[in-house]
Amino acid sequence: MKEFVCIVCPRGCRLKIDDELNVTGNSCPRGANYAKEEVTAPKRIITSTVRVNNRENLLVSVKTSIAVPKGMMFEVMKEINKISVSAPTHIGDIALSNVLNTGADIVITKEIK
Amino acid sequence: MCMYDFIIIGAGVVGAFIARKLSRYETNVLLIEKENDVGNVTSNANSAIIHSGYDPVPGTLKAKLNVLGNKMYDQVCSDLDVKMEKIGSLTVATSEEQMKMFDELLIRSKVNGVEVRLVNQDELRKMEPNISPNALGALFAPSAGIIDPFNLVIHCVENAVDNGVTLKLNEEVSSIEEKDGVFFVKTNKNTYQGKIVINAAGLGSEKVARMIEDVDWNLIPRKGEYFVLDHYKKGFVNHTIFPLPSAKGKGVLVSPTSSGDYIVGPSSEPVEDASDFSTDLFTLNNVKAQALDLVPNIPFVHQIRVFSGIRPTTTRHDFIIESSDKYKNFINVAGIESPGFVSSPAIAEYVFDNIISKLVSLKEKANYNPKVRPYVCLNDLSSEERNFYINKNKDYGTMICSCEKVSLGEIKDLFTRSVPPRSIKGVKRRVRAGYGKCQGGFCSPKVALILAKKLNCSPLDINYDNIGSNVLLEEVKK
Amino acid sequence: MKEVSLVIIGGGSAGMAAAIEAKKNGVDDILILEKDNDLGGILNQCIHNGFGLTEFKEELSGPEYLSRFVKQVEELHIPYRLNSLVLNITKDKVVTYSNDKEGVVCLKAKAIIFATGCYERGAGAISLPGSRCSGIITAGVAQKYLNIHGYLAGKRVVILGSGDIGLIMARRLTLEGAKVLCVSEIMPYSNGLNRNIAQCLNDFNIPLYLSRSVSKVIGKNRVEKVILSQVDEKMQFIPGTEMEFECDTLLLSIGLIPYVSLLNNIDCEMSSTKGAKVNDYLETNIDGIFACGNCLHVHDVVDFVTDEGREAGRNAALYIKGLIKNSNDHITVTNGNGIGYVVPQKIENLDHESLTFKFRVRKPVNNVRVVFKSNETEVASFIRPVLIPSEMVMLKLNKEQLSKITSKELTVSLEER
Repeated sequence: MKEFVCIVCPRGCRLKIDDELNVTGNSCPRGANYAKEEVTAPKRIITSTVRVNNRENLLVSVKTSIAVPKGMMFEVMKEINKISVSAPTHIGDIALSNVLNTGADIVITKEIK
Repeated sequence: MCMYDFIIIGAGVVGAFIARKLSRYETNVLLIEKENDVGNVTSNANSAIIHSGYDPVPGTLKAKLNVLGNKMYDQVCSDLDVKMEKIGSLTVATSEEQMKMFDELLIRSKVNGVEVRLVNQDELRKMEPNISPNALGALFAPSAGIIDPFNLVIHCVENAVDNGVTLKLNEEVSSIEEKDGVFFVKTNKNTYQGKIVINAAGLGSEKVARMIEDVDWNLIPRKGEYFVLDHYKKGFVNHTIFPLPSAKGKGVLVSPTSSGDYIVGPSSEPVEDASDFSTDLFTLNNVKAQALDLVPNIPFVHQIRVFSGIRPTTTRHDFIIESSDKYKNFINVAGIESPGFVSSPAIAEYVFDNIISKLVSLKEKANYNPKVRPYVCLNDLSSEERNFYINKNKDYGTMICSCEKVSLGEIKDLFTRSVPPRSIKGVKRRVRAGYGKCQGGFCSPKVALILAKKLNCSPLDINYDNIGSNVLLEEVKK
Repeated sequence: MKEVSLVIIGGGSAGMAAAIEAKKNGVDDILILEKDNDLGGILNQCIHNGFGLTEFKEELSGPEYLSRFVKQVEELHIPYRLNSLVLNITKDKVVTYSNDKEGVVCLKAKAIIFATGCYERGAGAISLPGSRCSGIITAGVAQKYLNIHGYLAGKRVVILGSGDIGLIMARRLTLEGAKVLCVSEIMPYSNGLNRNIAQCLNDFNIPLYLSRSVSKVIGKNRVEKVILSQVDEKMQFIPGTEMEFECDTLLLSIGLIPYVSLLNNIDCEMSSTKGAKVNDYLETNIDGIFACGNCLHVHDVVDFVTDEGREAGRNAALYIKGLIKNSNDHITVTNGNGIGYVVPQKIENLDHESLTFKFRVRKPVNNVRVVFKSNETEVASFIRPVLIPSEMVMLKLNKEQLSKITSKELTVSLEER
């Protein structure tokens, strides 16, 4: 039996999951899925920034398009830190595809004119 | 190596006024300051009161120079474009026993030549509706005032520099040697030669004095801790309210400040380490309790800041203004504790008239200008007047500090001055950007970037205050 | 003087939602005044995800969330001014603002919505013991430096306060290469959302110390050490419990406070939230001046800010059309046992389909009844298994329940079960 806090929404349910992957304490199906994933292959969305070449002292925010393995967070960060883009930027622009073969793209999350 | 007629050590309020006084004359003056800005230590952290001078013991230098200094301030503030308001002080008695002490204070006032009058309970309550019900009466000194202590020193040094004084910041004097009537003043960066040295080093004055000879006095640094409340509303108190003075000093005051905030403090405790400006809860709670005795409903919910200042009291218990025993050209101006701020312009006159003029004869400059170039302070202006300035320079329309309503133009103006800011605190002390409710939460990143641009450096090199007080430690995504 | 129907002060989540809703409700003549150089307010620097679950049923980052509202503002052709700080307002709703293009402008508004957000409590407000050297920084300022400008304000960091921005910054700083040594919380419970403790602290093995606060900051020019001490029930430090951390930064996440100093000058009644007191229309005691979002009370989820903004926009539209009046003959809503504050603080009109009350509990409680009472009679009650101070609670009274309010008093309190 494992216990942890659900991070799917601000509600923060206290989930319990047993060895047969039966989940209790969740308030929605997403919580159950999260619990199962958390004990088998935990994943996280990463949000960060990348430099904007053609603007002074300015960064643009990015995120991974899907959650990446929790254990790879710092490796993914290293890749993100290498990226730079040019303004204008649009939400959804892909700054880097399939980072470290995780299947996740690094996508821009901010409009810069 | 350049030879100076005068080397002044310390650009606090005392050094600033002495430098400005000397800048009237055909003579070359060097002003050395160890900090990254002028007026950055004791002059930066005090009650910012222009005391009336009724309470120092008659016959002391404190009494004499306080009263003289107070009278000089109208002209000084007009010349130097500094905010000052003579709102008057009320020294409040809360017991019959204390009421009796007014007799003695009335005599002192008379001897010191300060106009005061007794105010009865009814009148006191009209003047200060929030005063404690235990307050029985007060001594009202109408000539007491509140001042912007930061800009006083900054503008004073600016005016001195405009009139030819050389200012060196970030230089700390490490030794002084005399040879054939010339002083060799060594700092961490240079050695300067000077014919006359004036020690106005504040908390460092004993150390500096002892660089050339033994002195018969010791510095006892005394720390005072304060609260600052935001200018949430005008008129919570209208005067500077003191308890009756005691052996420990003037006691905990409650006062409006020249910027509309309220100040509560100080404590008064001797400290070992004159460079430890920390505050502690025990002392502050004590200050709070004492203040609440005088004004029971002080809205501490509006507290935005606490700070401490250290005053250079000495074993002489009076200002020390004299030539050294060994070298008449080495002048100590030490122990300038309360009421030092108000006394400073008079101290400069006293040093000049009683000491300097007996050492050298100086000729007045033909082109001396006692006034600083006027500052644009948009908050003092009507909308029409603001637009007049914005039409000339659109930066006056862009607001940087939302709490204190300071524009980009006012900040940029500072860099056209002869004593420009070199730190975030330097900007804050000059135009109040970051002194308000959010304490720089909204504007400090903007100010840091403006500074980096103006000082032509990386934001990583921007200091909050002295060199080494960097705000940012690393650039990411390089 | 130029006239405009509705001035909205602040172009963040609350202000944009208010503007959009007012426009949809027939107010054509609107002006949003934003002090920064972008619409969106604080969300511009909140690059983490987790926004929009209620509003859009998906998880967005701050900039993504705000962009959806910017788009609507543009599509609805709602005028806004950037870099425009309001300098003053008067009781008769003259708004004075300044920017570099128009200079100082005075406008006469029919209604004003305050959507000015909140500011961070700083070291001075809590008399933080010790040095006031560089390196003591609020979480939001560090967030701005890091996420907008690309600078780390600290490399070895102790965080005081477990508010959400502090927790979010623990993760951000760690991912960007800083070492976060711990988070210290003076209360015996965290003030952040549980999920942020999980994903921002636990994921990175950052310890959270409860009932512990900073007893001294040591440092000459920059922070060198932070001492944490345990506190007792009276929040006094317990000698002998000191923990010493060598660090360069103390990050503060010790509370957010509504930013409404403009209201000080016009005798606006203030509440214990430090925002204005408002009625069921989110109107202050000053006729035609409304407040919403974090400048009214600090929210933990932006979706609710948006919702409150819309409500203010709708009500301002009604006011402009002359459909609501501030009678000053209202029901007073008070926070009773265990409740920190309640919004609204006043009810003008009981004739609503429903009315939502928002509040926070003073401390974590289990298995309680939230009871609404008027004249000692129970109007409504709600059973809740868990309530914690970090989560704003919203409870809706329906028409029938509202009709049971028979006196000029309504009290919300907690009762044990």
